[in-house]
Amino acid sequence: MDLTLTDAPPSEAERDAVDRVLGPPASGWDGGARDSTVDSRIAHGGHHARGRRHELLPALWAVQERAGFISPGALGYICRRLTVPPAEAYGVATFYALLSCEPRPPRVVHVCEDLACRCAGSQDLIAQLEEQVGPEGTLTADGAATWFRSPCLGQCDRAPAAMLTVAGDPATEDVLAPTSAGAVLAVLRGGRAPAPPGVAIPQQGDPSLRLLRRVGIVDPASLDDYRAAGGYQALRNAVSLGPEGVVREVKDARLMGRGGAAFPTGVKWEAVARQSARPHYLICNADESEPGTFKDRAIIEGDPYALVEAMTIAGYATGSEHGFIYLRGEYPAAHHALHHAIAEARSRGLLGADVMGEGFAFDLEIRKGAGAYICGEETAIFNSIEGLRGEPRNKPPFPVTHGVFAKPTAINNVETLVNVLEILSRGGPGYAETGTEASTGTKLFCLSGHVERPGTYEVPFGATLRDLLDLAGGVAGGRPLQTILLGGAAGGFVRPDELDLPLTMEGARAANATLGSGVIMAFDDTVDLPRLLMRIAAFFRSESCGQCVPCRVGTVRQQEAVARLLSGRTRGGVDGELALIAELGQVMRDASICGLGQTASSAIESAITRLGVFSGGAR
Amino acid sequence: MTPLLPKRMIEVEIDGTPVRVFEGQTLLDACRKVGVDTPTLCYGDTLEPKNACRVCVVEVEGARVLAPSCSRKAEAGMKVRTDSDRVRHSRRMVMELLTSSVDLSTTPDAAGYAERYDARPDRYGPAAAPNPDRDRLRAGHHVEPDGDTAATVASALKDDNELYVRDYGKCILCYKCVDACGSQHQNTFAISIAGRGFDARISTEHAIELPESACVYCGNCIQVCPTGALMFRSEHEHRAAGTWDEAAQTVTKTICPYCGVGCNVELHVQHNEIVKVTSPADHDVTRGNLCIKGRFGFQHVQRR
Repeated sequence: MDLTLTDAPPSEAERDAVDRVLGPPASGWDGGARDSTVDSRIAHGGHHARGRRHELLPALWAVQERAGFISPGALGYICRRLTVPPAEAYGVATFYALLSCEPRPPRVVHVCEDLACRCAGSQDLIAQLEEQVGPEGTLTADGAATWFRSPCLGQCDRAPAAMLTVAGDPATEDVLAPTSAGAVLAVLRGGRAPAPPGVAIPQQGDPSLRLLRRVGIVDPASLDDYRAAGGYQALRNAVSLGPEGVVREVKDARLMGRGGAAFPTGVKWEAVARQSARPHYLICNADESEPGTFKDRAIIEGDPYALVEAMTIAGYATGSEHGFIYLRGEYPAAHHALHHAIAEARSRGLLGADVMGEGFAFDLEIRKGAGAYICGEETAIFNSIEGLRGEPRNKPPFPVTHGVFAKPTAINNVETLVNVLEILSRGGPGYAETGTEASTGTKLFCLSGHVERPGTYEVPFGATLRDLLDLAGGVAGGRPLQTILLGGAAGGFVRPDELDLPLTMEGARAANATLGSGVIMAFDDTVDLPRLLMRIAAFFRSESCGQCVPCRVGTVRQQEAVARLLSGRTRGGVDGELALIAELGQVMRDASICGLGQTASSAIESAITRLGVFSGGAR
Repeated sequence: MTPLLPKRMIEVEIDGTPVRVFEGQTLLDACRKVGVDTPTLCYGDTLEPKNACRVCVVEVEGARVLAPSCSRKAEAGMKVRTDSDRVRHSRRMVMELLTSSVDLSTTPDAAGYAERYDARPDRYGPAAAPNPDRDRLRAGHHVEPDGDTAATVASALKDDNELYVRDYGKCILCYKCVDACGSQHQNTFAISIAGRGFDARISTEHAIELPESACVYCGNCIQVCPTGALMFRSEHEHRAAGTWDEAAQTVTKTICPYCGVGCNVELHVQHNEIVKVTSPADHDVTRGNLCIKGRFGFQHVQRR
């Protein structure tokens, strides 16, 4: 490939940041100092050089973290190192909200403006920032900091939330949750972030807990403590069963994916294991970005070895030697915990070329997302890992045959994977005794908004919405419940009279609702529902990848229609706007490439049809 | 390309009519074989289908969502509806969404499709003022609209070289120019999609001007552009002056005189002046592609 690069050189810091991720350049051909005695005789390029494309996102992250933005010189150097055309690298960099190709100060605070944080006063917080600093993107007086609005940061149990990123060497990332305008202003002025909140779950110590039983109790940094608490027994059981035996147990358990689509995990694993094409890959989807979702964070921060062990089992069962954990970029504490756990497991022979001396290889690599909800879509993850724009692919072909790097790929959500530990401890049939016939096992739910005790909860499938609300202490302050958002922004609203809804896959389906990612967000009677819908519409407009017309333009037209309903300046009256929203919803559902577009209208439409918002129902 | 081995034939049903197609052919191929006229915008027969515009969607019996006929491979026994209410709805809405956000005045067929499906783009309100910063928009951020006007992709004409102009206010983001510039045809990679969502746009790195970029002016992007967003300077100037007259044009197919490859060129001549050059897409060597000489090197012919 004949690269045309601009003359802008990288700074020493940018070059160093890239070289730390990619290693030093091998020759003048890939960005090193030119040595005419060698470089004029040997050309390093071709497939080998282009084969490093998947390192593009880590390299862009390295520069972003060191310099605070990606300058033309830095982008050019990355392109030289990886043999990537600069236009394509720019296309990738500008796809992600946490990367910037425009100059940015080193210190940036991302302030959550999403649903749960709204219930906790984020709008006031943002108004104060606008008053004291200026609109988002305004530099502080010293020019060293700025702030931006952010979609859901996954900290809804401790809202309102913000994330501070400070570029440098080392770069730091800290979550501020719960936070306040004063605290955000303090870090904008250069103050240190307060110590990160510890992992806590409201049910801590409850003996009925399974997936969460170690969270908050066992030291997440200690492999010995994890083993003492039963860790790595499941992997031993797996090895004694053999790969087919593991798949059989998972099928007997009737485990269904917890990411939202509820696909049978055993069927997926079996299909991947049977593919003759090699290598196979395993990917853990830890990009939970659905507004109101934070359950995977609780597991990764509180019990990271569980995920490492579960993925090792999944790798063993599917014949994958390499696993990726695609972790959302807004989870610094989870990243740290997981990074440590992987290193520990590797040093003890629990990952690597010969896992536990059992003769199979498996290793793990974290890939850090960079602020794109769409990268929770499985095929978008493949593209993101490969160093392409995180746009979903058309299906078919499906991931089991053509996944990441066009190889057979098993991709599962964090919660799905850790369930496998339970299955191998209890046996598939034993696992299936919990829950209902069609929804086996336990389920994690993310309670947030106006509830007394927000947090991650675990209950057997079959519990009702009321049970969960009661577990969380009911509506905060005893106020009347206005509505519950079930399943996240891609889910739907349900009424206060529907609390007996059984939270199972089949129960939700029968009620024309979805469990989605397990979001249960309660809103009391003070919430301005139309404004909330405007935020949901804005979310999908911001997060659409832009690939297909129904979603790219439909999410904009949907937002404009909601805006008109808010302003009262409707076209064709309220009924006309509601009809328009329904028409937009149908084309997005029918004709979008992926699940984002297909669900971009579901919450808004449910508020209209189920709650009667805009037509005299809920206020 | 001609298949080297005999391929299996499979049978599908299009609107109740059985049709046999080669394994590997698409539903669009099947539709065309039975004479069902299917609208397409982003489809280009020399490129891998990108299925981004979704105007060609059809309803496959038993499927939850509609399928893009341009890329969905026919499978034995598929029963396909091309004119159901759902199909008509999606096609109408796609045309409404595009017409209300993009200048389709030079997109052949767009007006016809909009009329066929009864699209009413006006109902989204008057067009919003163009955003002068479209090249610098941040992913994941936008200014909240008031709904009084409809956002569009209108942006300033990019007029930075002697040979062609780029008017991305006419761009439907079909990805064809990117694919033609990249690995599918030219392997130059001068352009990519930048940004995200409604703010996604075709761009060079850092939106630098074409002469600074990797562009080699092969014009293969113009060849595949379905909207006129990429246009020969000569065509652009004629259109601006109101002198563009396709009815008065002749197309002469000849062979490029510059080298020995022998690419076919089609000279579009208006009033004895070459106004643009294309290349036959069905030519099995060049597939519509040319180099800068064949595409733009025609001035010497008309020096007088």
